Amino acid sequence: MNRYLRYSIPLLVFVLIASFLAWGLKRDYNPRHIPSPLIGKSIPEFELPTVESPDTLVKTSDLQGRVYLLNVWATWCVSCRAEHETLVHLARSGKVEIVGLNWKDERDKARAWLSQLGDPYTINIFDKKGRTAIDLGVYGAPETFLVDSQGVIHYKHAGPMTMELFNETLLPLIEDLKPQG
Amino acid sequence: MRHLLLTLILLLNLLPGLHAATLAEYTFDEPDKAEDFRDIIEEMRCLVCQNESLAGSNAELAIDLRNEIYEMMKSGQEKQDIIDFMVARYGDFVLYSPPLKPTTYPIWFGPLIVFLIGGVVLFRILRRKSVTQETELSAEEEQRLNRLLNQSNDQRDADQ
Repeated sequence: MNRYLRYSIPLLVFVLIASFLAWGLKRDYNPRHIPSPLIGKSIPEFELPTVESPDTLVKTSDLQGRVYLLNVWATWCVSCRAEHETLVHLARSGKVEIVGLNWKDERDKARAWLSQLGDPYTINIFDKKGRTAIDLGVYGAPETFLVDSQGVIHYKHAGPMTMELFNETLLPLIEDLKPQG
Repeated sequence: MRHLLLTLILLLNLLPGLHAATLAEYTFDEPDKAEDFRDIIEEMRCLVCQNESLAGSNAELAIDLRNEIYEMMKSGQEKQDIIDFMVARYGDFVLYSPPLKPTTYPIWFGPLIVFLIGGVVLFRILRRKSVTQETELSAEEEQRLNRLLNQSNDQRDADQ
């Protein structure tokens, strides 16, 4: 074997390993981003009361026919507070409807939060036991799902919503999902 | 006095229920089921604190999921049903040992391939070394070798 070629092997191995490490450092890696197996599937069946009233029940079928963001939130969740302003802003802009799923929370606290910080939700589902959240594969609030008019999940984001994420990733998806006309 | 206090504290530790009592509430009539339950929650990752299993974690979600799995087992569902239930919601990530499928081939076979490459390289290096050692000595080298050997033999005789 060519002597130069042979001596360059360690260098090549080094470059290979270094580039893998660089790639690992450079890419926006977050261990909390776990790919959801629910993308492309329908949102789970549920029948739950709303945050506003224990007597008003919301079913999965009630949400059909609209494109919306399903936002999992709770008053005990610090990041939810951080993203709340963005949600209020988004709701006001009219670019998308936001449905809330209040996760393992208390009704009074949730109501106080909404009257204090603003209410971006058109419907706010109250999941006290967190059973529907389990069906949605929720593991940490806030999480946001993009759901189409057939109830199929198209995107999931774990972590606070940002305008950047909305404009760059969600908005194009929403434009595609909304009926043309 | 201090000794007494220490002894008391140590004795308190012997009381059942003070430590890791979180799993005691899950009781089964059949011991097989209890074992299955333990296996399942040991094999599943808590998604909140990703280095802990569902069995070891005290995160709210882990507790909820343990309860859910317990209820499923109580209602007669099999181990595989429960694994499918969890994977359908949280993905393969929830399993500590990933399933064998094309996307996980690198994890399962990567180490074996690296091991084989290492073996081939080692084999070739060793073979080359043994070939170079078998070169014949020249007459001059032979002489020098004998002289050295005799020298060390003389040395040993002198020591004794």
